[in-house]
Amino acid sequence: MDTLALEAKATGQEKKCSAPRPRPKPPKKAKRIVYFEVEIVDAKTKEKLLLLDKVEPTSTILDIKALFHKSNPQWYPARQSLRLDPKGKGLKDEDVLQTLPVGTTASFYFFDLGAQIAWGTVFLSECYGPLLIYLMFYFRLPFIYAPKYDFSSSKHWVVHLACMCHSFHYVKRILETLFIHRISHGTMPLRNIFKNCSYYWCFAAWMAYYINHPLYTPPYYGQQQVKTALILFLFCQVGNFSINITLRNLKCPGSKVKKIPHPTKNPFTWIFALVSCPNYTYELGSWMGFTVMTQCLPVAFFTIVGFVLMTVWARGKHRNYRKEFRDYPTLRSPILPFIL
Amino acid sequence: MSAPAMGTTKTAHSDVAPKKKRGPGALATAYLVIYNVVMTAGWLVIAVGLVRAYLARGSYHGLYYSIEKPLKFFQTGALLEVLHCAVGIVPSSVVLTGFQVLSRVFLTWAVTHSVREVQNEDSVLLFVSAWTITEIIRYSFYTFSLLNHLPYLIKWARYTFFLVLYPMGVTGELLTVYAALPYVQKTGLYSVTLPNKYNFSFDYHTFLILTMVSYIPLFPQLYFHMMRQRKKVLCHVEEYKKE
Repeated sequence: MDTLALEAKATGQEKKCSAPRPRPKPPKKAKRIVYFEVEIVDAKTKEKLLLLDKVEPTSTILDIKALFHKSNPQWYPARQSLRLDPKGKGLKDEDVLQTLPVGTTASFYFFDLGAQIAWGTVFLSECYGPLLIYLMFYFRLPFIYAPKYDFSSSKHWVVHLACMCHSFHYVKRILETLFIHRISHGTMPLRNIFKNCSYYWCFAAWMAYYINHPLYTPPYYGQQQVKTALILFLFCQVGNFSINITLRNLKCPGSKVKKIPHPTKNPFTWIFALVSCPNYTYELGSWMGFTVMTQCLPVAFFTIVGFVLMTVWARGKHRNYRKEFRDYPTLRSPILPFIL
Repeated sequence: MSAPAMGTTKTAHSDVAPKKKRGPGALATAYLVIYNVVMTAGWLVIAVGLVRAYLARGSYHGLYYSIEKPLKFFQTGALLEVLHCAVGIVPSSVVLTGFQVLSRVFLTWAVTHSVREVQNEDSVLLFVSAWTITEIIRYSFYTFSLLNHLPYLIKWARYTFFLVLYPMGVTGELLTVYAALPYVQKTGLYSVTLPNKYNFSFDYHTFLILTMVSYIPLFPQLYFHMMRQRKKVLCHVEEYKKE
């Protein structure tokens, strides 16, 4: 390729990474700005909540939400869902008023999404919990097992290994949440934190109780079983990390443009050729490894439940990809190559 | 719990505000009518069996044995209702129906059948009679609804009898589980202890206690939901009649 093409490619990428909000064009001398009138109606009671006049046609939904918030301080923008149709989907924050299919008097239906919480807070609580809870059981804090075992250490090597693996997994997730993940939704409903934390924390406690129990029975096939499972676990941890890095590199900071992920030079990402959501595939693999390593039925249950949930999410994402991109690769399956 | 699926969407819809839902086709309707007729008949058999046994013996004790087999058969048969919801021929929630049917099946098999010593308890008769009356009314309600010829008496009975039958059934169920506790603890029924190959343990005794505790939040919710359904269904009909 010649240098001109490379240059064009570079500027093209730059353009893509710049902020998507269009710069308002300065009005031509002959034209006047047509201001919009915005009416906000409650989606359920149909009562008129706010009437805004002289709204710039180039304002975004986010600007309107900010104005609404000023008059109704209890509904901060993250909590608002403005819709063109009461039963429709919420409009995106970056949608511009004049691009919407409304006349100069726009009517939006308002839906209260309920108290919101930042996704980062939820993810971090989900991960810190199991990390600490597992360690509590590992160090055999009092009141968990019989008093004579308090602060004792397991004589099985695999129990120490399991603790390291489990802790590594959650530390990795915490670091990913802090530095790598780029989530398009800023917030989620408040009740999610209770739901998610109960799920992760209760399962973590349940698994940790049996693995660190004084009467724990090590795996049937001994060292061989543990070593094989450990390799699978580590392989999938690296895989999951690679996928998260790849997904991060797809999105530019602040941009909400969606792109199709593709295999990169990293062999762990080659699975993108066959699977839409390989991060879930690798996550399943990690937990299967952990199950075999500890030979613990509660871990197997956790793996199965997690697999069901991740399959539901993967199928949803796969469906969204196919809806959004006409040329989405048809060979890909949501989570398991060719199967699911 | 003793009176399952009373306030389900199916009845609310057919009585109150007929929503445009894709109802069951002709074949499905025929099947459902047969299913509900068979279940009504089955529970009538149980009711008759109880009465005959009482008259023959002259006392309330030990009546369970006279209807043990039909009770197990027809109560377990109710699992089909979960399938009906899953397939879509009945517009109820799979989860809600499943939960209710499973709790009945659990009491029938995992408590009454498994712990022989409780089968003589009077609490068993208490919940069996509550279930019997409820199910006869419920299945005949469904049958008539499907045939679009629902007598007001049946509708009234369905939305009124539960006021007494539901607490009666719940009391019987709780007393039975409570009576089973000492035997379960003594024999370690359905329990798994450590150490074992799969590093898992399960204490059925604790599980039964937790089940009893779960009635505390669940029973009032279901009971008041049914009372609300009652108001919606019966009061609406009265208004309609007045017009």
